[in-house]
Amino acid sequence: MADKKLMLGNEAVARGAYEAGVTVAVAYPGTPSTEITEFVAKYDEVYAQWSPNEKVALEVGIGSSISGARTMVAMKHVGVNVAADPLFTVSYTGINGGLVILAADDPGMHSSQNEQDSRFYAKSAHIPMLEPSDSSEAKEFVKEAFDISEKYDTPVMIRLTTRISHSQSLVQLNDRTDVALKEYVKDFKKNVMMPGMARARHIVVEKRMNQIEEDCNTFSCNTVEMNDTSIGVITSGVPYQYVKEALPNASVLKLGMVHPIPKKVIEDFANKVDTLYIVEELEPIFEEQIKSWGIEVIGKEIFTVQGEYSANLVEEKINEHKLNLAVPKQLPVRPPVMCPGCPHRGVYYVLNKLKKHATGDIGCYTLGALPPLEGIDTCVCMGASVGMLHGMEKARGKEFIKDWVGIIGDSTFVHSGITGLVDIVYNKGISTVIILDNSTTGMTGHQDNPATGKTLKGEDTHVLNLVELSHSIGINSVRVVNPFNPEEVETAVKEETMKEEPSVIIASAPCELLDKKRKRVPYRINVDACKNCKMCMKLGCPAIQNKDGKMIINDTLCSGCGLCSNICKFGAIVKDGE
Amino acid sequence: METKNILVVGVGGQGTLLTSRILGNLAIHSGYDVKLSEVHGMSQRGGSVVTHIRYGDKVYSPLVEIGKADIILAFEKLEALRWRHYLKKDGLIIVNTQEIDPMPVIIGAAEYPEDIIEQLKKEDNKVIVADALKEARKIGNFRVVNTVLLGLLAKNLDEDKDKWETAISQTVPNKTIDVNVKAFEAGYNL
Repeated sequence: MADKKLMLGNEAVARGAYEAGVTVAVAYPGTPSTEITEFVAKYDEVYAQWSPNEKVALEVGIGSSISGARTMVAMKHVGVNVAADPLFTVSYTGINGGLVILAADDPGMHSSQNEQDSRFYAKSAHIPMLEPSDSSEAKEFVKEAFDISEKYDTPVMIRLTTRISHSQSLVQLNDRTDVALKEYVKDFKKNVMMPGMARARHIVVEKRMNQIEEDCNTFSCNTVEMNDTSIGVITSGVPYQYVKEALPNASVLKLGMVHPIPKKVIEDFANKVDTLYIVEELEPIFEEQIKSWGIEVIGKEIFTVQGEYSANLVEEKINEHKLNLAVPKQLPVRPPVMCPGCPHRGVYYVLNKLKKHATGDIGCYTLGALPPLEGIDTCVCMGASVGMLHGMEKARGKEFIKDWVGIIGDSTFVHSGITGLVDIVYNKGISTVIILDNSTTGMTGHQDNPATGKTLKGEDTHVLNLVELSHSIGINSVRVVNPFNPEEVETAVKEETMKEEPSVIIASAPCELLDKKRKRVPYRINVDACKNCKMCMKLGCPAIQNKDGKMIINDTLCSGCGLCSNICKFGAIVKDGE
Repeated sequence: METKNILVVGVGGQGTLLTSRILGNLAIHSGYDVKLSEVHGMSQRGGSVVTHIRYGDKVYSPLVEIGKADIILAFEKLEALRWRHYLKKDGLIIVNTQEIDPMPVIIGAAEYPEDIIEQLKKEDNKVIVADALKEARKIGNFRVVNTVLLGLLAKNLDEDKDKWETAISQTVPNKTIDVNVKAFEAGYNL
């Protein structure tokens, strides 16, 4: 067993890229895809980088591929939206060195704002797509994807889901196959997608997909397991595992390639079984396709389009087995919260105190929407806080927007907030944008970004200066505040929102979890001085707890940030030992 | 071997994932097929976290089915109650008495249930209650609560103790091996 390793699906994808001879890997972090590129970066043979966003990452990947290198680009499902523009056209140009694009879906929305199905992208961009069902397949399918990419001159997508990306199973390690760079040949008819060339390429794309549709009937990644023929199931990805668990005797057709799907194999399978089910998470994509061929199947009539599936669900729906599942009693929910010591907390405390509204964005600070901070009003997608703020001003006027700010993190600002801010300046807005600069990409687990001064490979690089950047795009009023000093934040917010010009406040303090070596001296409550006013509870700090009517600070949680001490009027919150 | 199903539950930041990785490595050493899966919302601290560990001759689903867990190892009392319905009849639940208030409790919108241990004992299962935080503090590091609990779990599984210590050494950061082995012993001897 020594050569078998327990690997996250994402780690296995990285291993697959390494073994396939990939030399360039590019991404923007996004749960559940993030670890793919972090693990790839550990291989010296592979150049790996974070790009500012997914569109840029894919463009870098396309350039790398066209110049001849085997290249991998990774993103989460909503990242594919950002990258959709180059995605639809790289389907036309095709590739030179193999190009594989990982899209990680999140059924159940464990850490996402919607539940979209990336198979739609593969279909509508006319790109073949594979979907593995565990870590071992994740590694093998990456290698297979590169072969398909180069054989058919096409980018290939791989769909993962959270349950594949973030579960661990055994993987057999193999050696790397070094693949020489392909020769770059200038070919404007293939690589310059202006209308005349693109029309010709569209014909090529159609021929290619027809060929793959024919060939995929013999692809080894599509497998048939014939057992009892009274029940047949067509499935893919992690639902395959649930089917095997729940229906060990059923016949199963597992689609390793999820676009296009093998018509002959499916027709043949359908003819051999009595009742045919489709078990696919999210959208009825197989189901609609297979029904259009006149084959009778049962799918979303009994299965949901929402959330993750489970063996329990498959058993219940197909066996109609009345599972006597004990339903848990109503217990207090435990939503994730901003960490004790999080620098964002102080800003939300002030906004709440001043009764300001805020357009919000994607990051840890989104958690500030929940009680007791209730610091943001909206959250749509990366960069949306800035654009939406401007839209509100144009709809409701200058007085209205003085009660509003836009909130965005440093990484998100670079991802897609900059253009929104340029828009505010260009179109003579007066909005105030607060950049919560915690010197990292916090929510996905501390990836570097252009504002941190480090690359993915850990090298020092130029630090994007957010103050100078704001000045250079036309913001005259830019100020930096310490989020642990509520008075300073309050003054800045009051003054900047009153100004009839666009302004930027940068609340700057590193993420609490960045410096693991820092000695944390917890605070405690001096019970003699405490008037039980519960002001400190308004911070929503998990370390401050109300035990039988008395405030206490939990020393296993307190980070020693001192924000609560700064807002206590009675000086009742003191550092331990003082 | 029939597949063994274990759930490790707790609060984000308590080290449930590290603990399940140790279990995963132990299963590999014993020559089993194994799958692990962590289920949580976002990657911050403070949310409810559950890790599924399954090992045996052949494992399909990375998730334990409801009502089929052999053992639940709960790092926090309320979380023990939240996930109890995954336990099979006559299964074992090991529960740490540590309480971490969720935000709705902190802001007074919900109450922390008072009789959790009694509720757990009412069902058809075995319950072991431990104050692992106290043991961890005795060792001088409250962060090793998870390894104390792992020791307690090890005592209730059939694998050699040596294998456990190897799995711990291979999983935790080098400089914390000693304190973790000490915590494991403390839990094993509880």
